[in-house]
Amino acid sequence: MNEYNFAYLDEQTKRMIRRAILKGLAVPGYQVPFASREMPMPYGWGTGGVQVSAATLTPKDTLKVIDQGADDTTNAVSIRKFFENTAGVETTEETEKATVIQTRHRIPEAKLREDQIIVYQVPIPEPLRFLEPRETETRKMHSLEEYGLMHVKLYEDISQHGAISTAYAYPVYVSDRYVMDPSPIPKFDNPKLEMDAIQLFGAGREQRIYAIPPHTKVVSLDFEDYPFEATKAEHCCDLCGAEDSYLDEVIMDDAGNRMFVCSDTDYCRSRREAGHMGRLAGENAA
Amino acid sequence: MTEQPQYSGGFQNAPIQAARAFRAAMTVMARPGEIRELNGSRPPDPLSIAAGTLLLTLCDPETKVHLAGAVNTDAAREWLTFHTGAPLAQAADADFAVGRWAELGSLGTYRIGTAEYPDRSATLIVECDELQQAGAELSGPGIKGTAQLFLPDVPALQANAALYPLGCDFFFTSGDRVAALPRSTRISMET
Repeated sequence: MNEYNFAYLDEQTKRMIRRAILKGLAVPGYQVPFASREMPMPYGWGTGGVQVSAATLTPKDTLKVIDQGADDTTNAVSIRKFFENTAGVETTEETEKATVIQTRHRIPEAKLREDQIIVYQVPIPEPLRFLEPRETETRKMHSLEEYGLMHVKLYEDISQHGAISTAYAYPVYVSDRYVMDPSPIPKFDNPKLEMDAIQLFGAGREQRIYAIPPHTKVVSLDFEDYPFEATKAEHCCDLCGAEDSYLDEVIMDDAGNRMFVCSDTDYCRSRREAGHMGRLAGENAA
Repeated sequence: MTEQPQYSGGFQNAPIQAARAFRAAMTVMARPGEIRELNGSRPPDPLSIAAGTLLLTLCDPETKVHLAGAVNTDAAREWLTFHTGAPLAQAADADFAVGRWAELGSLGTYRIGTAEYPDRSATLIVECDELQQAGAELSGPGIKGTAQLFLPDVPALQANAALYPLGCDFFFTSGDRVAALPRSTRISMET
């Protein structure tokens, strides 16, 4: 008796999380409180996402975990190993082969399918939190659909910077009812929030779960004269030459040389394998 | 040995079977109008396999369950209590209610959540003779374009949807099949 229960959590905890997920799907964008458990990793490392994944996984699933688009960073590797050990599920780095994808701060470049589920790790689920610190007040604002403050914030962006400067965690309006924080994904990913896959969001420290069913209307907040723009660095990937992917900027040396690479490592790898070449392809990038 | 049916018919391997069952339940709730297989339990008659499996997957001592009408038998009560520990409750207090549409009674009896906590609403498990992807036309979150599902009482369910974001959520069960209707779905009669 020294094995873990399937997917680590005990059954009663999973039932509690599953009930929260179902209510979250029934009211898209609404933050359902849940009794988040201590997980064997610190808050801020994806405890919410891990709990949602644990309640969602079945033995047949293939799990992919990404951290800022990458499959090979500490957070992603640790969580993948965690579920290999506790749930015995297959894992993959290929978006195509995954049935459940847990993500921190990115949506994969490849279009997700009907049979896939994406689980987001969320640090601060409340989009209004930095505008109104009191939970009692933000709950009331959501109940009254009182989102003027958020528009004031975006307006102040424009008055100070000439454009909406919010670049990540860009607030969205879900199914014409709730303003929702899409987790700190770059706003480049916002248009992908209307997708074929089921989207689940877990915030462990803040004890909230929310969801977007497939094909749900998700609108990024904006103004008629300052429409929403999904921005990215004005470059191509230096490794695979992709023009349409979200890029990370990497400083190469003290002389200010830099390169841009796809943040989605699987997308970049599959393009390079298909023969696409970027500016620095073939060079020793070290 | 005397027969003790309340002790049998549960999950043989709860973590795995509950995980599979939840995946089916989540899929139908996320995609109103879709029908999935849902099995793993053998509840006493007249509970269907799908309804019994939903109860085992979602209910425990923290959830109040209302057994309505014909499913409110000694056997069903004992089975539910033994396998889930869920307290039985009247319709007005229930987190989950099970029964045929006519026996579940007026939807106005059930909890619909509060403006600040719309999740605190009842989930109704409606036992049906059969599930058909025909009848009422559904649209809204989870549905690409429109979907069709036979619904027991369109006006009552339209009134429930009009309460959005409050309202009850529904599972429809028949044999080992399940479909769902969250409150977010807009319903119109097919012309």
